[in-house]
Amino acid sequence: MNVETIFFYLLGAVFVGSALMMVTRRNPVIAALYLILNFFCLAGIYLTLHAQFIAVIQILVYAGAIMVLFVFVIMLLNLSDERRLSEAISFKKIVAGGLSVALLLELLYIFVYRKTDLPTLNAERSIEIGTVESIGRHLFTKFLFPFEVTSILLLAAIVGAVVLAKRRLD
Amino acid sequence: METLVADIWRSTPLVLLTLVGLIALLVEGSGKGRAAAVYWISLVGTIASFVLSFLSLNTEEAAFNDMILQGGYAAFFGMIFTASAFGTLILSRSYLRRLHTERGEFYVLIVFAAIGMMLMASAIDLIILFLGIEVMSICLYVLVGFLRTKLTANESALKYFLLGAFTTGFLLYGIALIYGTVGSTSFRAISAAFPAVSNQPLFLLGAAMLVIAFSFKVAAVPFHMWAPDVYEGAPTPITAFMSTGTKAAAFAAFVGVFLGAFQIAGSKLSEVIALAAAASMIIGNVVAISQSNLKRMLAYSSIAHAGYMLSGISAANREGETGILFYLATYTLMNLGAFGVLSWVEQKDDTKLTFDDYAGFSAQQPFLAALLSIFLFSLAGIPPFAGFFGKYYVFLAAVKADLTWLAIIGVLTSVVSVYYYLRLVMMMYFQPGGATVEEPPAQMAFIAVTCAAILVVLFGIYPSLIVDLTKEFLNI
Repeated sequence: MNVETIFFYLLGAVFVGSALMMVTRRNPVIAALYLILNFFCLAGIYLTLHAQFIAVIQILVYAGAIMVLFVFVIMLLNLSDERRLSEAISFKKIVAGGLSVALLLELLYIFVYRKTDLPTLNAERSIEIGTVESIGRHLFTKFLFPFEVTSILLLAAIVGAVVLAKRRLD
Repeated sequence: METLVADIWRSTPLVLLTLVGLIALLVEGSGKGRAAAVYWISLVGTIASFVLSFLSLNTEEAAFNDMILQGGYAAFFGMIFTASAFGTLILSRSYLRRLHTERGEFYVLIVFAAIGMMLMASAIDLIILFLGIEVMSICLYVLVGFLRTKLTANESALKYFLLGAFTTGFLLYGIALIYGTVGSTSFRAISAAFPAVSNQPLFLLGAAMLVIAFSFKVAAVPFHMWAPDVYEGAPTPITAFMSTGTKAAAFAAFVGVFLGAFQIAGSKLSEVIALAAAASMIIGNVVAISQSNLKRMLAYSSIAHAGYMLSGISAANREGETGILFYLATYTLMNLGAFGVLSWVEQKDDTKLTFDDYAGFSAQQPFLAALLSIFLFSLAGIPPFAGFFGKYYVFLAAVKADLTWLAIIGVLTSVVSVYYYLRLVMMMYFQPGGATVEEPPAQMAFIAVTCAAILVVLFGIYPSLIVDLTKEFLNI
């Protein structure tokens, strides 16, 4: 058992544990904090897979920006009555549970029974493509066009948001 | 570097329209009261892009590392999108001025939406397809809800946004599963791997997700529920844009993926699409009968038209593809025209949109009534108008692909549709009343709608004018 495998199991255990804690907490702020821990573990797992870039982005975007948004929304909503978060069994919950089980079965099917059908990448290749340098190179060569189109998409979204949300239009 | 410059030259219709959109945005931001300048810049941009698309019809080349295919198919659709954006810009101007809410961003967003549509038609990679759909949709969410003080507009924008975002999830999940089985997002690689993977459950699941996402975008049953509400609440010129440009773009992507990247002839996917087509034709036409609001009636009619065109995709043969291209080109003209006349009769507070409001219209406005009648006859598919040949081609394709039952449903439901189209014609000509327009339509809008009517008649008499354009570049 090498260091990588030890790290993987360690991070994986904390990952699953924090996910369970997150969905079972009643206090939304505590749940959000467990989600942050969960995101950090995921970033660690990315690192053990040599995906440096995704690991950094995971922390910056998810653990950073998106979690700040979450915590802000929780504070703005000011949920004083915590019981509201724990409803009785409802139709929605049954559907959600069914979907989760379906996803679990689908993933098990792929990774247990159809492992051989999946395209495989060897370790050296994954080290090569996981770096910031390689992603940057791809982004500005092969994927230059989608990259530029994304900027148009963001521009249109910004203009739209201003048009819809600005308090006074003159 | 040289290839980059060459790629930019290859995709001039797209690049030019993007530059025009950016310039228009800068002009709008440079000071107050620039809406008129933005309008003219956008208008000139769409015309220039239309001409460039027309000129590049006969050269088909991939650009930007096989991300998009320019010329041919993309150019044909580019002409439809720019024409639709052009018509929408003209109709919007008088509409917004009447409501005193003219703003430059409205025109800019129409141009950006047209860019998204062009990306959808030229994509030969699922990533570009996704980005194109998002560029178009985000602009449309805003345009639908542009009249912020109107409750119905807010409702329809929110409904469209939430359902659209949900559909994006299906689209991305589908793309991810296809990437997982094929190992590439490029159409060429998917097409090469298709025979090997077409029976793998994961691939079929991915393709089914794409069918759901596209069915939503073209408003086909059972993913049509948003269409009537959104069409009704949106500003009428935007309803025209959504029922023409957006629908054409969604079909361009649908055809590009299912007839270009996949070979679905005789497969399960083709059967699924045939069922959606049949359901759209039946539900669209039958429910349209009971509508009293004309915008809702045209929304259900557009669901039915999506059904007719889907039968062309399900047939998956050359006739089917020609039929869809012809259908979309002419459908754009007739629907833009019909919504144009509707937007002149409609009052500021969303009244004068029912059948009864058109009683006696021909006596007061004989020319406008005649124009609207031409569009309605064409939508009903009555010869010699262009709508007839669109239906003829797609039903012919269905018969050739041994889908005779689908063609029979199509013909029967077309007969049903004649009832509600001609009901409006009858209202205008045979019912006494004083329906008229509040103020005469702006000269340019009037000329544009008249031209659309002339083209509808012209393409109905000489359908080969369009069909000949499409011969070079069909996917199958």
